[in-house]
Amino acid sequence: MNRLTHSQKTRVCFPPLTLMQMTNPLCTGTMASGEEDRTVEEKETNNKKRTKGAIATAWLTFYNIAMTAGWLVLAVAMVRYYLQKGTHKGLYKNIARTLTFFQTFALLEKYRDFRCCFWCFKGIVRTSVIVIGVQVCSRIFMVWFITNSIRQIQNEESVILFVVVWTITEITRHSFYTFNLLNHLPYFIKWARYNMFIVMYPLGLIGELLTIHAALPYVRRSGMYSLRLPNKYNVSFDYYYFLIIVMLSYIPLFPQLYFHMLRQRRRVLHGEIVVEKDE
Amino acid sequence: MKHYEVEILDAKTKDKLCFLDKVEPNATIGEIKSMFHKSHPQWYPARQSIRLDPKGKSLKDEDVLQHLPVGTTATFYFRDLGAQISWVTVFLTEYAGPLLIYLMFYFRVPFIYAPKYDFTTSKHWVVHLACMCHSFHYVKRLLETLFVHRFSHGTMPLRNIFKNCTYYWGFAAWMAYYINHPLYTPPIYGEQQIRLALIVFLFCQIGNFSIHIALRNLRPPGSKTRKIPYPTKNPFTWIFLLVSCPNYTYELGSWLGFTLMTQCLPVAAFTLVGFIQMTVWAKGKHRSYLKEFRDYPTLRSPILPFIL
Repeated sequence: MNRLTHSQKTRVCFPPLTLMQMTNPLCTGTMASGEEDRTVEEKETNNKKRTKGAIATAWLTFYNIAMTAGWLVLAVAMVRYYLQKGTHKGLYKNIARTLTFFQTFALLEKYRDFRCCFWCFKGIVRTSVIVIGVQVCSRIFMVWFITNSIRQIQNEESVILFVVVWTITEITRHSFYTFNLLNHLPYFIKWARYNMFIVMYPLGLIGELLTIHAALPYVRRSGMYSLRLPNKYNVSFDYYYFLIIVMLSYIPLFPQLYFHMLRQRRRVLHGEIVVEKDE
Repeated sequence: MKHYEVEILDAKTKDKLCFLDKVEPNATIGEIKSMFHKSHPQWYPARQSIRLDPKGKSLKDEDVLQHLPVGTTATFYFRDLGAQISWVTVFLTEYAGPLLIYLMFYFRVPFIYAPKYDFTTSKHWVVHLACMCHSFHYVKRLLETLFVHRFSHGTMPLRNIFKNCTYYWGFAAWMAYYINHPLYTPPIYGEQQIRLALIVFLFCQIGNFSIHIALRNLRPPGSKTRKIPYPTKNPFTWIFLLVSCPNYTYELGSWLGFTLMTQCLPVAAFTLVGFIQMTVWAKGKHRSYLKEFRDYPTLRSPILPFIL
């Protein structure tokens, strides 16, 4: 078995790869066998990279603390609302703006990771890029194009389900990154990050799918976001069928995401270094 | 004459897979692959990647044993490239699809549009023109695959055929559906737009064909030599002065012409995606030209003169 050490694996890519590796679970370091000319360049500019790395660390730490705090605020708001009103009706409307803000802001992070991943592993591992894209897209899509656009479904239980799941997942994830960056990681946070997803991911999936399903009749009736023929662009788009395709696409995509996380978990918690099969 | 001994190890597990003794010094890698195939019949030569270093580049079939940096006992590493399929097969399949699929939509075969439109024809003459152009384009591609192109590699991984066919067939169906739709809207600027589009389309088709012929003539039959392409007497090849991969430039032009002719957003999308892919390929080709030839003309850009 090819036993590359962690530092060996991370050195082939443009920094902050160590940070990126920590902060982006979907960008693993196993695709380390990069092009030969990279190692020469990399030796020459090592010092420049180190300073860049320090600034990036500071920014990332601040960012993760802010995100942890933001999602905590959201969690508290939700709990307070429920305790005061005794029902989940109207809860989404209450937190919609904060949720939209933090979820969209996370797009920045994922875009940066996507670019880094894309340039580092150009062509070598397409699946990682697709998986990142899926995660980003599905969250943004849910918030902007389903729950925020279709008022009638905002009181569904499934909405609360996936919002709760996202909140728990994000708090765990960002506090994990924060502590990691501060080099002071308590074991229970690491445990939470790599174990809670086992339950959270399927629950989130159920919440999202049920929400889209609940939205279907309203979409059909209103014909929203749809374009009919004839028109001068000679194209048509039916949001209703698009949503059905989205729901079906969860079938191939979710297992990939889930198994990727399971592999990450095995690697981190059990210290195994698994060499991915080259494509 | 000293004979070589060749041992072939698995690149990942380092297991000894094969040992060949009494190998001629002037044996090529291709011949060694055939010998390896005899002891491991499931790995036909096309799916073998033989290298000097487990993580290094694949050796070419033409490389001769005695010219390689190996001792009299040569150690090679083997990687399985997976099931392979010939380039010709892939090209024929991926081009035959759009040709037939488009025609199905053109003739309004049942179950596509409402039943009252089955087997009817469009009242817009641009739709007939578009069908002719689209069909011409793919017939040209099929004929070029059979008679013009000289491929460097014999095979590609099998899964590529599924990927490529999904792309070509999928887009062909999407475009054809709207162009041949009973509610199709012809171009805004009418005859003028269509005429201009047709001229652009034909010009680029001839250009694309000229480039393919010029590239074919660079390479003697059965060889895999690489030379810098230069403009010939054919004016359509003069674009070589400015561009490394003018076949892609002309291809882009053809599809822009077709987009203008049909005024159809799916066609524009297809043109855009194709352009992105061809730019990636052109940049790669341009880079390898620069690496391989010291005297490569500096005025040339990969795909768009001076721009890209």
